[in-house]
Amino acid sequence: MDWFPLYNSLRIALIATVCVFFLGIFAAYYAARLPRAAKGILDCVLTLPLVLPPTVVGFFLLRLFSPKAPFGKWLLDAFSIRIAMTWPAAILAVIVVCFPLMYRTARGAFEAFDPNLLAAGRTLGRSNTWVFWRVLLPGCRDGLLAGTVLAFARGLGEYGATSMVSGYTPGKTATISTTVYQLWREGEDALAYRWVSVNVAISLAVLVAVNLLENRERRQKERPAAGEAEV
Amino acid sequence: MLEVHIEKRLDRFCLKVDLETGEGLTGLLGSSGCGKSMTLKCVAGLVTPDSGRIVLDGRTLFDAREKINLPPQKRQVGYLFQNYALFPTMTAAENVRAGVRDRSRASAQAEALMERFRIADLADKYPRQLSGGQQQRVALARLFASQPRALLLDEPFSALDGYLRWEMELELAGILKDFDGPAVLVTHDRGEVYRLCRTACVLDHGRSEPMQEVRDLFETPRTRAACLLSGCKNLSRAIPLGGSRVEAADWGVTLDTGREVPPDTRWLGIREGLIRPGGGENPIPCRVDQVVEDLTATVVMLATPGPARLRLELPKGAWSALGGPETLTISLPAQNLMLLR
Repeated sequence: MDWFPLYNSLRIALIATVCVFFLGIFAAYYAARLPRAAKGILDCVLTLPLVLPPTVVGFFLLRLFSPKAPFGKWLLDAFSIRIAMTWPAAILAVIVVCFPLMYRTARGAFEAFDPNLLAAGRTLGRSNTWVFWRVLLPGCRDGLLAGTVLAFARGLGEYGATSMVSGYTPGKTATISTTVYQLWREGEDALAYRWVSVNVAISLAVLVAVNLLENRERRQKERPAAGEAEV
Repeated sequence: MLEVHIEKRLDRFCLKVDLETGEGLTGLLGSSGCGKSMTLKCVAGLVTPDSGRIVLDGRTLFDAREKINLPPQKRQVGYLFQNYALFPTMTAAENVRAGVRDRSRASAQAEALMERFRIADLADKYPRQLSGGQQQRVALARLFASQPRALLLDEPFSALDGYLRWEMELELAGILKDFDGPAVLVTHDRGEVYRLCRTACVLDHGRSEPMQEVRDLFETPRTRAACLLSGCKNLSRAIPLGGSRVEAADWGVTLDTGREVPPDTRWLGIREGLIRPGGGENPIPCRVDQVVEDLTATVVMLATPGPARLRLELPKGAWSALGGPETLTISLPAQNLMLLR
């Protein structure tokens, strides 16, 4: 059995998750400070990839990065970079598809965070950057981790957009999901089953991790302060 | 000295505060949702007022006309939050260290403060492992670490109950004696204001009333809101009739106040303990509506000739000594009547 699809899926999902982690957190942080109307509009735009069919995302990406499109042509002419139909193209596809998951989880965590804690840091003379990194992020750690794991799991199984922008080239762009599709088309059921079980195993592990994180966060919120319990 | 003259449009009302405090603790008294916390947030720089100015010891923190708006970091205004707002992912020591402005001396200063506030042995505990009183001490140590020039205390005792509340109040009173800047205590508890503050200001539906000495505020409140907050439970709309006479519309009687009634008098009040059973000055014939045994007194609700009831409070035993009658004529001594705007 050739393990390249697993390796390729993992590297695509990992790189995309790292990007989505930072993009989602910063988008959520700045969206939360916008006036209500602007926030609503931005919220719709940023969440759109979650509800759009992945093929539509793939279509837009190809419209942008195909060597025939102006931007893709410019990349090719100026830097000899060709993105469409390579494995890094799948990273872009996964980033777009997974971004809303991270953005929405991060926003939820930030909105549930006690604003007095941020205010306390600022009145004590600490910079907004310090408050962000030392108070807000550690305080939202479990929620943010859950969002990251969820984004990673979604990225690992991404098929629609990936197959459009990266295609299926064994040993070059093949991922687990495109491999399963290819094997099914070729009637290689036994091999397809093996990849399916690999995929199910990874997904289950990820979901268990998400549940554990969310339960831990809930327990911490519910646990009364020692003072209240004593009196 | 802290001068606050600000206006801020809010969802439900318009906040309009004029406050000038000297040294010592000033009370900001108001019922919940009247804009007390919002006022403190404006002073701390967490919320930007629409107009006005805020000056602390000659330093302008905010001036809408001159477009000055210092960020909270530069105001050096210490804010003690209702829930203490300790950073939950940091230990007590880390919390205090986070407050020190001079980073190079953070550890030494934090240690000294933790000794002073008697929390040195709690250094490695997380906030959720601390009792309410300990949390408040850590929050105060953190607050003083930031070397504030003014203190804002937002209902500091409301998260505590009973005995602990009293202990922390005594402790805070001691700490505030050593602080020589202006301090504002926000509360809805008139007792706290009476015990801790020298001057106080009543905030009613977002509008601040003139500052008053605390003793005056409680003995001779000038407005309806101040009278209610000072604990008076008998209030009636008042219509001046000229001279010393006034109609108490809600009680359905005309009273002689024994002094010239100011023409802007709209309300009058009398404390429940200062009503005399039996005839005398300003007699009112009443029907006994309800009798409630309270912890230390007997409360008698009296139906007046008008639409409102009067609340009479008698020492325990005094009611049965009167024989528990069904009707009672009471007297409202002129000197006990409070004329209010």
